[in-house]
Amino acid sequence: MGVILDICRYLEATSISVGIRESTWTYPVIESVHVLSLTLFMGLLLLWDLRLLGVSMRGFAVSRIWARLFPWIGVGAVLMIVSGLLLFWSDPVRFYGNVFFRIKFIGLVLALLNALAFHFGIERRLPDWDTALVPPRAARFAGAASLFLWTLIIVAGRFVAYNWFKPLV
Amino acid sequence: MMQLAFAWLEHSWLGIAVNESKWAFAALEAGHLLSLAMLGGAVLLVDLRILGWGLKEEPIRKIARAAQPWLIAGLAGMIVTGVPLLASLAGSKYYGNEAFRLKMYFLAAALLFTFTIRQRFARREASPVGALQAKMIAVTSVLLWSGVGIMGRGIGFY
Repeated sequence: MGVILDICRYLEATSISVGIRESTWTYPVIESVHVLSLTLFMGLLLLWDLRLLGVSMRGFAVSRIWARLFPWIGVGAVLMIVSGLLLFWSDPVRFYGNVFFRIKFIGLVLALLNALAFHFGIERRLPDWDTALVPPRAARFAGAASLFLWTLIIVAGRFVAYNWFKPLV
Repeated sequence: MMQLAFAWLEHSWLGIAVNESKWAFAALEAGHLLSLAMLGGAVLLVDLRILGWGLKEEPIRKIARAAQPWLIAGLAGMIVTGVPLLASLAGSKYYGNEAFRLKMYFLAAALLFTFTIRQRFARREASPVGALQAKMIAVTSVLLWSGVGIMGRGIGFY
């Protein structure tokens, strides 16, 4: 794990990291973008996950909802990732040593795996059950897993701001 | 008068309960964020459609009806988590906080707009309102709710 810490130390010394850390406005602005993008990314994804569970937007064909919402969820994801990376860059050693940041990171990896499983499986079969009253079991599972993981990520993400526990590095 | 009410709130059982717990404030903040996502998603789903994006093949009325329960659920979550957050620091922080004050003004305007003009527009059969007017409704909605969110985040920086 020493390698990761070395990378974090290296990043911390870069001018971008110092610039974000020392400016009065940069950090709050990036953080606001990170929080507000949550509505576009997480808000639409939440409604989509609920659709996979069969509880929201019933009567709307799933293949069409996905085709129309995915670009917006994608825009939201790009905003979250870019702002999130900049926030991490501003203080990498502290984030790396924060237990909630590590939980958030594990949650993100699992959410990514869930998204890949969705992409290579469920997504291809969406037209088969467009307006079926009860979505297939796999779709409901993917929706529930996504809701659980993103809730965990948001809660852990908010808790990163608190230093209840001793830093791990 | 208002200052007294805020001070009273902070010393009420609710304010004290949040302050005495180590985790309550952070947990409420996390719940506030989750509710924000739901509220934001329900608002954007309809506003994107009014602008001709998103679920553009479906009628506005149908989307607005599907979004309504999630809009209400998101708002309820915001209030249920927001009131104890407010109570915990009502007198000592929020009363004199300019960002909080602006957030409340934006919130009042956003709620009023959403449940009058925007709701009446979204419930019409076809959309007899001109395209420009429709777009202005969606843009106003997004701007008012963004104002609430930006000022909300601003409270912590103020």
